Amino acid sequence: MSEPRIIEISPITRVEGHGKVTIHLDGDGHVDEARLHIVEFRGFERFIRGRLLWEVPVIVQRLCGICPVSHHLAAAKAMDMIVGVDTLPSTAEKMRRLMHYGQVMQSHVLHFFHLASPDLLFGFSAPAARRNIFEVLKENPELGRRAIMMRKFGQDIIEATAGKKIHGTGAIPGGINRNLPIDVRDTLLADIDDMAQWAQDALAIARDYTLDNIEQVRSFAAFPSSYLSIVRNGDGAMDLYHGNLRAQDANGAKIFDQLGCSRYHEVLVEDVRSWSYMKFPYIRDIGPQRGWYRVGPLARMHTADFIGTPRAEAARQELMSIADDVAHHAVLANHWARMIEVIHCVEKIEELLLDPDLQSIDLVAKGERRQEGIGVIEAPRGNLIHHYEVDENDQVTYCNLIVATTHNNEGLSRAVKDVAVQSLSDQSQITEGMLNHIEVAIRAYDPCLSCATHSLGQMPLKVELLDADGQVIAAKTKDA
Amino acid sequence: MTLIIGYGNPGRGDDGLGPELARRLQAQALPGVTVISDFQLKVEHSVDVAGADRTVFLDAAIDTPAPFEFHEIAAAAHIDISSHRVSPETVVALAKQHFGTVGPVYVMAIRGVAFEVFSEDLSAEAAENLSAAEPFLVDWLGRTATSERPLSQNL
Repeated sequence: MSEPRIIEISPITRVEGHGKVTIHLDGDGHVDEARLHIVEFRGFERFIRGRLLWEVPVIVQRLCGICPVSHHLAAAKAMDMIVGVDTLPSTAEKMRRLMHYGQVMQSHVLHFFHLASPDLLFGFSAPAARRNIFEVLKENPELGRRAIMMRKFGQDIIEATAGKKIHGTGAIPGGINRNLPIDVRDTLLADIDDMAQWAQDALAIARDYTLDNIEQVRSFAAFPSSYLSIVRNGDGAMDLYHGNLRAQDANGAKIFDQLGCSRYHEVLVEDVRSWSYMKFPYIRDIGPQRGWYRVGPLARMHTADFIGTPRAEAARQELMSIADDVAHHAVLANHWARMIEVIHCVEKIEELLLDPDLQSIDLVAKGERRQEGIGVIEAPRGNLIHHYEVDENDQVTYCNLIVATTHNNEGLSRAVKDVAVQSLSDQSQITEGMLNHIEVAIRAYDPCLSCATHSLGQMPLKVELLDADGQVIAAKTKDA
Repeated sequence: MTLIIGYGNPGRGDDGLGPELARRLQAQALPGVTVISDFQLKVEHSVDVAGADRTVFLDAAIDTPAPFEFHEIAAAAHIDISSHRVSPETVVALAKQHFGTVGPVYVMAIRGVAFEVFSEDLSAEAAENLSAAEPFLVDWLGRTATSERPLSQNL
């Protein structure tokens, strides 16, 4: 028996933000514990206090360079409640929805093609120098061209609705500050057929990967869990912009259903652990040990009764028809689910672009002022909750944010341990490929670790082996 | 069409030189000139570059002589990557690789000195360099609008 060791992966690459993984090996070389640490302190909940309510949708989106629209819209929805608007003008809601579908599309395309595809195309253990988007572009130029054009299309939708591709200002408390000019609409519509076809082709890639590698998918960081999302009020359809909360267990039984989003704190509790800045939410009635759950594309495939657009619904049904242990528990099936959502977004974008309401000038509603607002949305990575209180001077006095990656914290930690046990137990030498297996599991959740940074490719990777006293006994470094 | 892409973070002092010059050019509404401003270059900018007759990237630089450098660039022979940036040469390479012919591409690198600050103001030195860069570029755009030619100038 040798001394216990700790393996550290820091930073994790090809994800949004910065985190690290520590893996504790016992004296026999077995994985004793594996943890995902979020090492950045966000602090937005604190420094947003004192800001005026109309500033909030603009400021909070600085959390993230990838999904700022999600924060922008969740905050705007909370501010709608505060300014007393329960029903937006039709044009305002449709412009916001268009913005959101563009956002989800471009984020999913970014993740699938830029961040995940190197692992899927070249293999988890391929040389690190190959595992980046530029190698994908060289290997498959047409695929690369489509990836670029699809992401640009999503960004163009955001620019048309929010004013800028990143950190726009479209949504305001009670409505939207612009409509969609006809020439801009027509420019976007000119590309919609290509987008629909390419989304379908991307779906085929994700689907085929899953089915061609079914045994790996089945055994890789796969475990049952509860799922949570919002679903459409009434019929339970998937709705990425608005709805009520639904949670269900691993067998599909409802834990709560059609719960108004403003009651989220009645059913969710945020636990704190000393080794991470990220909280661990759980369902109150089940408790911290068994009450954890997951959110995101695969979760939404389960929580939704159906998808209200035909091509996406057909794809969802095919995903749900494969073996239960894959469709229900396999983290890699998230890629398939993600591409189904891209199809849904393209279908909704086309529907909205053809809607004449987008050229109306009825943009803002007013209501009776309230002190508290809660906005909930399905961001690309999963459920996103914004909760604010303001005083009589319109200044924020309280803020709580639960982002998708926080909802997924326990699932991420379990995935890390699962793969660490598979890949590292009883291994005397660490290889870069072994460590990438752990990162692949994390990456499948598309985590936004700090909701603040944007990593296109490799970042430096430092791995250290430490003994039980914290002394470094081996180190491996990968340069940027 | 001439495409101007100014990039940098206006919230980080002199890093905002590119977007500020882009803003000034946009305000002038120069004929045949399209202006884009962004925090950083992205892979998707290759689509914009591919659609232009010529492109000028506007950036701040700490290691260039004052007040600015202006030179033509080529596609990168080796596509380099770092965690948070894509170079103009990489954008050009991607445009050529995926979208065919690309017109001449230039970089205007304006010297800045204060990047480690959280400020939307330019330093006095950067503002002075910008004052030299703007008329040079406007003049160059006008002079070369119909007769394209390679250019390399270090002032």
